[in-house]
Amino acid sequence: MSKTIVIGGGIIGLSLGWQLAKKGVSVEILERGKSGTGASFAAAGMLAPQAEMGFDDIELFYLCRKSLEMFPKFTYELYEDCGIKVELEKTGCILPGFDRDDAERLRRLYDFREKIGMPVLWVSSSEAREIEPFLSPKCTGAIWIDDDAQINNRKLLDALKIAFEKCGGKLYEDHEVENVNIKNGKVNGVKVHGIEVESDNVIVAGGAWSKQIPGLPENLLPPVRPVKGQIINLRLNDSCRVTKVIRAPDVYLLPKSDGRLIVGASCEEMGFDVNPTAGEIFKLLERGWEAVPAIYDLPIDSIDVGLRPGSRDHMPIVGDSDIEGLFFATGHYRNGILLTPITAYELSEWIISGNASSALNGFGISRFYKQTA
Amino acid sequence: MQSRADNISEEKMNKLTIADRSFNSRLIVGTSRYPDPQTMLEALEASGTELVTVSIRRLNLNADNGQESILGMLDRAKYSILPNTAGCYTAKEAVLTAQLAREALETNWVKLEVIGDDETLFPDVTELLKAAEVLIKDNFIVLPYCNDDPITCKKLADMGCAAVMPLGAPIGSGMGIRNPYNIQIIRDIISIPVIVDAGVGTASDAALAMELGVDGVLMNTAIAGAERPVTMARAMKLAIEAGRLAFESGRIPKRLYANASSPAEGIINS
Ligand SMILES: Cc1cc2nc3c(=O)[nH]c(=O)nc-3n(C[C@H](O)[C@H](O)[C@H](O)COP(=O)(O)OP(=O)(O)OC[C@H]3O[C@@H](n4cnc5c(N)ncnc54)[C@H](O)[C@@H]3O)c2cc1C
Repeated sequence: MSKTIVIGGGIIGLSLGWQLAKKGVSVEILERGKSGTGASFAAAGMLAPQAEMGFDDIELFYLCRKSLEMFPKFTYELYEDCGIKVELEKTGCILPGFDRDDAERLRRLYDFREKIGMPVLWVSSSEAREIEPFLSPKCTGAIWIDDDAQINNRKLLDALKIAFEKCGGKLYEDHEVENVNIKNGKVNGVKVHGIEVESDNVIVAGGAWSKQIPGLPENLLPPVRPVKGQIINLRLNDSCRVTKVIRAPDVYLLPKSDGRLIVGASCEEMGFDVNPTAGEIFKLLERGWEAVPAIYDLPIDSIDVGLRPGSRDHMPIVGDSDIEGLFFATGHYRNGILLTPITAYELSEWIISGNASSALNGFGISRFYKQTA
Repeated sequence: MQSRADNISEEKMNKLTIADRSFNSRLIVGTSRYPDPQTMLEALEASGTELVTVSIRRLNLNADNGQESILGMLDRAKYSILPNTAGCYTAKEAVLTAQLAREALETNWVKLEVIGDDETLFPDVTELLKAAEVLIKDNFIVLPYCNDDPITCKKLADMGCAAVMPLGAPIGSGMGIRNPYNIQIIRDIISIPVIVDAGVGTASDAALAMELGVDGVLMNTAIAGAERPVTMARAMKLAIEAGRLAFESGRIPKRLYANASSPAEGIINS
């Protein structure tokens, strides 16, 4: 069986590695730092295919929905392989409005969901506050999506790491890929710590850093940029036990099963800077407090900053390339956790069988580099 | 031979001149809040704009070694970059931001914004005047975003700004031109370019602004926040052209009663 190297030990690299190893491929994941500490760690873990989609992103929407449907199988297989149960939590999501401008915005979202046949419910202010009593009384009405799900992405990362190694995969941390070696239109390995390592396939899963990996040909550089996201982890206590996901204007509050209340997230074009900043934290807290006044006294656990891999059109870049043996799995932007199952299943199948995945049709890197004949 | 319509559209309509530079399009477009960069690039293309404004404080200015960044995506041969100081609340911050932009982007043009409060995003006039003074002295080409107040605009023009940019309505509100009379007065009393900045919601707003005789319109949210930004960008391009042509052509006077367009009297005699 051929050998595959995965560049990057985030949720995408780990899940791909696991699926390949499980199917008998010899896989090495090379991770520059510690695996699972990039965007995948900072992520909130919402699995909401409808939350932030543009009006013309319908294909991405369907990809997300397909991936969501794969989660039960994905987490079950994972449990079988590593003994850790990471379950989908159907928390439900409420989108409150606080003034007339919000109402207009919600109306637009409502119409969009209705148009594409998604379940959506418009609730009054008092109904909304019955569903989530900690919601501010200033709420004038809300959209309620009762089947919205989330997952503990940190636990998922731990589980994937164990499952990957149990299936025979090898994870090398502190191994930065310094070059992707390509000869005669075919990939033949990578360079790490100055040493050439051979392999038949290489998968680029370097998250926000994917474009910075040396050795990729100019016409195959994934157009991915870091999109900075800051979140605040509050610790829930009896003075404020939010149980539903709340997506207010410009902020979400997400109660996690580990006792955190995530207040997120900023969305900034700041390059690779990962410093938390006063202004963004202030804005998140202010908006979070407007939606749920009771967060005022909650202790702050920590602040996390992650870099989302944002492709130029904000759709994932998953599939093969003109170079034999070179694959991409990056650019997942705001939906990387949600898109983990479909990326792992479809791309691993593609690599093993040699048959392109129809589900991934249109998401390849070639869309950015149209052939000039 | 060229028809008369062609003459107007090429000579009068198409050129917007600010300071020492001329632009074929009278539309200036912002780069924030698009669903994704690809859509932004396509919308800019569809809008026909040649002058693009970027928020210095919200962008990565130091993207080197092949980093993908919004600024890096903008084709500088196609678009002139107009840095703006959005997010600044004091003259001091605005001046520093403009200087940072000059260094990083190698342009001494700046769209000067000094915001008074974050609910309305209205300009803080005293801070704005202060910042404009400092920047003009420092050899900047200053395009201040200001209230639709003729006196403020006059002061800014007299100080040596290259254009004035009165708001049509609050930033991002999409409320259109709320005080067309003020805009008209500003147009009348000021000889440098007047650009309506902010407030446009849809194409007719842009056309209306142009019919008032202003030199151009700057917009961002109206395009970026539309359900389909690229087609909205094209709508805006057409609206700006239509509005300008209508202004150049001189509209008919309004009257209360009908005035038959093919007079009945002439027919019998001929
Ligand atoms: C604040 C925030 C909230 C989010 N919330 C959600 C959410 O609720 N739901 C959702 O679905 N998604 C969410 N996301 C998005 C999601 O986190 C990402 O899309 C996803 O984690 C991307 O996974 P990844 O494995 O590609 O990247 P990463 O987790 O960043 O992993 C990439 C890895 O590649 C390594 N690497 C890079 N270059 C090299 C090299 N040359 N050699 C070796 N290793 C290299 C890096 O060190 C890193 O560990 C959120 C993101 C952020 C920042």
